[in-house]
Amino acid sequence: MSAAPPPVIVGAGPAGVRAASVLVAAGLRPIVIDEAPASGGQIYRRAPAGFMRGAAVYGSEAAKATAIHRTFDSLVDRIDYRPQTTVWNLRPGRLYTVRDGVCDELTFGDIVLATGAMDRIVPIPGWTIPGVYALGGAQISLKAQGCVVGARTAFVGTGPLLWLVAYQYLKAGGTVAAVVDTTPFATKARQLFGLLRGGKTFINGLRYVATLRLKGVRITEGAIPVTIVGSTHVTALRWREASGREGSVDCDAVAIGFGLKPESQLADLAGVAMRWNDGQRVWEAARDRDGRTAVEGVYLAGDGSAIAGADAAEIDGALAAYALLADRRVTVPEAAVAELRTRRARLTRFREALDAAFPFPAALAAATADDTLVCRCEAVNAGELRAAARDLDAREVNRAKAFSRVGMGRCQGRVCGPVAVEILAAALGMPTQALGALRAQPPIKPLPMTAAVRLAAE
Amino acid sequence: MSATPAQFRRVAETARPRVAITIDGAPASALAGDTVLTALLVNGRRVRHSDFGDGPRAGFCLMGACQDCWVWTEAGERLRACTTYVADGLAIRTTPEAP
Repeated sequence: MSAAPPPVIVGAGPAGVRAASVLVAAGLRPIVIDEAPASGGQIYRRAPAGFMRGAAVYGSEAAKATAIHRTFDSLVDRIDYRPQTTVWNLRPGRLYTVRDGVCDELTFGDIVLATGAMDRIVPIPGWTIPGVYALGGAQISLKAQGCVVGARTAFVGTGPLLWLVAYQYLKAGGTVAAVVDTTPFATKARQLFGLLRGGKTFINGLRYVATLRLKGVRITEGAIPVTIVGSTHVTALRWREASGREGSVDCDAVAIGFGLKPESQLADLAGVAMRWNDGQRVWEAARDRDGRTAVEGVYLAGDGSAIAGADAAEIDGALAAYALLADRRVTVPEAAVAELRTRRARLTRFREALDAAFPFPAALAAATADDTLVCRCEAVNAGELRAAARDLDAREVNRAKAFSRVGMGRCQGRVCGPVAVEILAAALGMPTQALGALRAQPPIKPLPMTAAVRLAAE
Repeated sequence: MSATPAQFRRVAETARPRVAITIDGAPASALAGDTVLTALLVNGRRVRHSDFGDGPRAGFCLMGACQDCWVWTEAGERLRACTTYVADGLAIRTTPEAP
């Protein structure tokens, strides 16, 4: 065992931090690579130096955020911590990173991928106008920059985050123009028993909704977003109510989000199979309950493999680390592992209720108008994607990408991917999962030319 | 720059030291700890133009994933505005080359 290279953890959010903690406790010195300048991930992202609000910015989750930050700070001397470092490629046993424009490589034996998630978007006509932001991004702006994304922000999409961020904006002194949720109230109410499993998390959610209503924020559920109005910047959001009536609100910003999607590119490059999650309608990297994959030495934890939230990510991180240790023939505390699995299973059931309470509006995505941009990197619209599907018989998403360039831009399909498969599936009359998953390609994030040139010269 | 309407509004953390930057040659003010994106959007409503001529853009994901907030320094270095922090004297260009 002493000859084995140190385990590598990619990501220093709740999953990565807990994984590091378990590995350090077992006497190992993991390499922790993180793109951000400080630990915490997106959910517990730390404000830059000089910010004064402290843990208050995390609201009901302040104690958890503080615990994650303190845990990581206590580990820093016992790990090989590499912040501001992007992993841009992974091959068997080899990792390729870039930091400040300088490329590096390292050999690994075991790796825990805790790569996190990003917002999932359904394009609304006008969604590339300045002033439209991803919902999670709007939250980051408030938490880590002390800014709201507009003087009057409308929130559109679905999911618990929609209501949370609207509430946080209101509480921070922002103006919430409207909350437009595509999910009807009845759909949520039907999941009441499942949602009760969430305990305090569910109660907090009810509190956010009640506060928004009490403060007179315009709220509509079961609505269909119609268009974001504006030319040089957003001026209004229009939608159609469940009753069929048109709704509209003046605003100078729109936060848009339809749940989250895993950042699974590194798992894909590692050779981990992708599986279709029908409840969430996303592709995710396949792993067992402890984070093991079919690829030896590759472990997954947190939202980067399956969207289940920060509490689940913490448990995942610890479980993946224990699995890694067990596979190295290190004795692990069986009772603790069993307890973590039980708690995780409970969170999985809560997540399933949330997924059913706030379903991804696949039909809305599939119905994206022909002249609406799907790919904001390369300005490809839904009509061009449909034409590729029908005229060129693109019955597989990577083939459609080659023909239409949707998913080929510099975000690599992170934004357009989940919508593109729904559009293609509807156009071709196929089940969405039959189109397959967009394959990750290195570099998974753009490299500066200077770094690439330096790399080539070596 | 106060004549230009801002996209972002500061609601907290306004006691930070001021940092002097330029945006397309014009002097502008930011606060220490601002990302380049924040600095641009408290001073205006635009970050860049779409590469494909479909209009102005002002960032989107704000977490380093969508790559829709690329700007440049006067020296020609490319920056991802949402994950780069301002520094005193930073000279930002919202187009890749001087007009």
